[in-house]
Amino acid sequence: MPLSLSLGLAMALFAVGLHAIAVSRRASCTRQVYGVSLAVCIILLGMALAHLLGGRTPITLTLPIGLPWLGAHFRLDALSAFFLIVVNLGGAVASLFALGYGQHEQAPERVLPFYPAFLAGMNLVLLADDAFTFLFVWEFMSLSSWALVMAHHREPANARAGYLYLVMACFGTLALLLAFGLLAGPNGGYDFAAIRAAQVTPGAAALVLALALAGAGSKAGLVPLHVWLPLAHPAAPSQVSALMSGVMTKVAVYGFIRIAFDLLGEPAWWWGGLVLALGGITAVLGVLYALMQHDLKRLLAYHTVENIGIIFIGLGLALAFQTNHMYANAALALTAALFHILNHSLFKSLLFLGTGAVLTATGERDMERLGGLIHPMPWTALAFLIGAAAISALPPLNGFVSEWLTFQAILASPELPQWPLKFLVPAVGALLALSAALAATCFVKAFGITFLGRPRSPAAAEARETDRYSLVALFVLAALCLLAGILPGLVVDGLSPVVSMLNGGTRLTAQSSQPWLTLVPVVDVKSSYNGLLVLLFMAFSGIVAALLIHRFASAEARRGPAWDCGFPEASPATQYTAGSFAQPIRRVFGSVVFQARERVFMPPPGDSRAARLEVELRDPVWERGYAPIVAAVVALSSRFNAFQYLTIRRYLSLVFGALVLLLLGMVLWR
Amino acid sequence: MALTADHGVQGCQMLLTLLLAPLLTGFVRTIKARLLRRRGPTPLQPYRDLLKLLRKDVVLADSASWLFRVAPYLIFSAIWVAASLVPTFASGLPFSWTADLIAIVALLGTARFFLALAGLDVGTSFGGIGASREMMIASLAEPAMLMMVFTLSLLAGTTELSAVARFMLNADVGLRVSLALALLALVMVAIAENARIPVDNPATHLELTMVHEAMVLEYSGRHLALIELAASLKLLLYLSLTACIFAPWGMATAGAGFVDYLVGVVAYLAKLAAGGLLLALFETSIAKMRVFRVGEFLGAALMLGLLGTLLLFVSRSL
Repeated sequence: MPLSLSLGLAMALFAVGLHAIAVSRRASCTRQVYGVSLAVCIILLGMALAHLLGGRTPITLTLPIGLPWLGAHFRLDALSAFFLIVVNLGGAVASLFALGYGQHEQAPERVLPFYPAFLAGMNLVLLADDAFTFLFVWEFMSLSSWALVMAHHREPANARAGYLYLVMACFGTLALLLAFGLLAGPNGGYDFAAIRAAQVTPGAAALVLALALAGAGSKAGLVPLHVWLPLAHPAAPSQVSALMSGVMTKVAVYGFIRIAFDLLGEPAWWWGGLVLALGGITAVLGVLYALMQHDLKRLLAYHTVENIGIIFIGLGLALAFQTNHMYANAALALTAALFHILNHSLFKSLLFLGTGAVLTATGERDMERLGGLIHPMPWTALAFLIGAAAISALPPLNGFVSEWLTFQAILASPELPQWPLKFLVPAVGALLALSAALAATCFVKAFGITFLGRPRSPAAAEARETDRYSLVALFVLAALCLLAGILPGLVVDGLSPVVSMLNGGTRLTAQSSQPWLTLVPVVDVKSSYNGLLVLLFMAFSGIVAALLIHRFASAEARRGPAWDCGFPEASPATQYTAGSFAQPIRRVFGSVVFQARERVFMPPPGDSRAARLEVELRDPVWERGYAPIVAAVVALSSRFNAFQYLTIRRYLSLVFGALVLLLLGMVLWR
Repeated sequence: MALTADHGVQGCQMLLTLLLAPLLTGFVRTIKARLLRRRGPTPLQPYRDLLKLLRKDVVLADSASWLFRVAPYLIFSAIWVAASLVPTFASGLPFSWTADLIAIVALLGTARFFLALAGLDVGTSFGGIGASREMMIASLAEPAMLMMVFTLSLLAGTTELSAVARFMLNADVGLRVSLALALLALVMVAIAENARIPVDNPATHLELTMVHEAMVLEYSGRHLALIELAASLKLLLYLSLTACIFAPWGMATAGAGFVDYLVGVVAYLAKLAAGGLLLALFETSIAKMRVFRVGEFLGAALMLGLLGTLLLFVSRSL
């Protein structure tokens, strides 16, 4: 019953999309589309929560559509229920935000029809239970999000982003197609139940894992397949950016988990190592890229790459533990990864929506032209600050809990018998620690330059607070970030059906029975963390200190010009900028990773030209990985360009020649 | 849950850290002055400074926001909570399981996050330079610290500080290469995190060389008092952390008698004095380094920590 209802609701979203094509130019259409999306997402969210927390058994459904000999299979189990929660929570909040934000849309007819379709596509990917349906709705999700990326297609940067996204999406789907082909085997058992029952050879399984990593990784943003993500996510309208970065990347992770943990059989030990190494590199490179950005949305998109890395570190550890039948530790690593999936969907959506509010208020995404927004937009600033603190893994918020669980999983790993893993895991631990610290730097920069200081442009000075719908959406997410941070035990218990499904029945011990709701993931290790008490202690000591000082010492405050060592500068241009804030990091890390070069051009005395500081950064992944491919494609196509201008006679002789060659080849091969 | 004597001891520990912190800072200053053959202020001077600052009005810059006013309380409370969760004279107190060593490091991160934001809030170039450099230092110091935590917890089997201290009291821990590396990493991180020479100079007001002082340049009155107190608490925290992990001798366990607690307090005071003395000696015998050498200094700490962890992944007996 819940399954057919969810399919029906997904169809309702399609219907709204079709309806929007007809009436998208009417002003009321925005309300209708986002209102219906909000309602549908809330119903789906409630249903998924009931399924997951009620501990129900999987439900399946087969519809006579799609391939005639296969039909369309759908299934709702604990894993898809968890991801349905992530998708529909993000979808509901983004729709709520868009009720206000969508009013400012310049081209609603290019957004409204695709938005509900995109939501429906993501929901259907999670429900699909055969390879054909999965790939079909996966591709549908890609194309509808591509249409949203191209919403403002007259900007050349967006057109390029859309093109790159399309190429990478095709590559990803191709990889998944091959992976499912290998899984289904020569007899073509395409529904997931048959795939689970079938055994693949170790060689084929390894190939499937590599293809799944490429396919799901290119959608999720795993380095080196992340290049499209920081271009495409910012190009879309902000509520869609939030969905793409906060939610669609999670659907991609779902694809990987479904294949690697559910469909494929017993993992080989090096799978975990491969996933771990990729995750570690992705985490550090992602945050370093993010630190070099001045565009707020692009910074957030690069930061998504980092968080995907952290999620894959957890998944890699879980695979490594499962190989060695250490299921208790695997449960810990899986819980960490799933918790981080939920957390990242919360705070990344929050940050993207906050950026949307800034964009509406100022029309600017470039941090170098913002500043001081905390004065006109105090509520947006508060919500963004909570998101920034949560993503920087600061206690008592939620980002810290999932990183803490990942660290605990790393600390449980010296028992792994394989030597390469023994060397890899501590190195990945160091990478994870480094990326956590750099993330804090990155968000001090993002929040500090955008919201603090003095306004750097007239647009920033004249900003106004955003509308009420948007604020409610922001604070719903901020409250969830705090709640998941102080009551992590409840979340961990909620995740346990998913963990036990993926982990051969082993799960973490129930956390809600611990005193004071403390998080004690592994009982015999006794490492514990209690976010609630940390928050209470902090609140208590801070409030008591404030009360005592105001009562007994002084409570006066005067305003005056800034002190600044006696030389306050009048011009806001003398403040630290995003570029200057990141300069020490650029010098320490960027000179190695990005071959950062700084050149100062100082005109000679008497020359009236302005002095200039030029910074040059090179993208190692693009230059080493993609530029050669692009160059090869261009060279080949210019070589074959001559074939476009032949006479019909020559074309016919070419066809004849090709035919003869093929026939000859067949004869010889036989 | 009934209030027990242990809860009282926990409260005593919280108050003890708060009350001792300025004394430690004053003690280090006095010793440094004596080593430079100056008479120097009395060790009680920081208390007088704090009282003086607390009674003064706050002067806020015109461009300061609400964050600027809230940040001192947040920074103070985060550091105080972190400092009072480190076992000082007794281990295994009732709330010692609230936060493990990773969480304590992260709480310091929370304080640093808001301090750097407060530095950026007024919109002056000094605040920016301080915040930017502080975050650069932290982005290397925090991973180094976490690697040190990894080394310890691989040995002790937990990241819970009380349990680590109990483990280190065991006679069979012995001298280990990995522990030596961890100690070295911790000391280097502590020097950087507390803005001591050679990374930063707590006494400087030469603008271009300061990091911590540049961030708090705009603070005055009670806000400045709270931030100064938080800085003292942080120094105390790092010294008690080093003592708790590498010299846990004399520490009482929860539920012990009054005499045991008294022994614990005396031992703790002796350890603090020794730590302060060593710090002052170290600071007077070394010159400050250029800001961009700090990266190499802390990179070395990170590598030492990683090496310690790696050794333990290879063999538990190293």
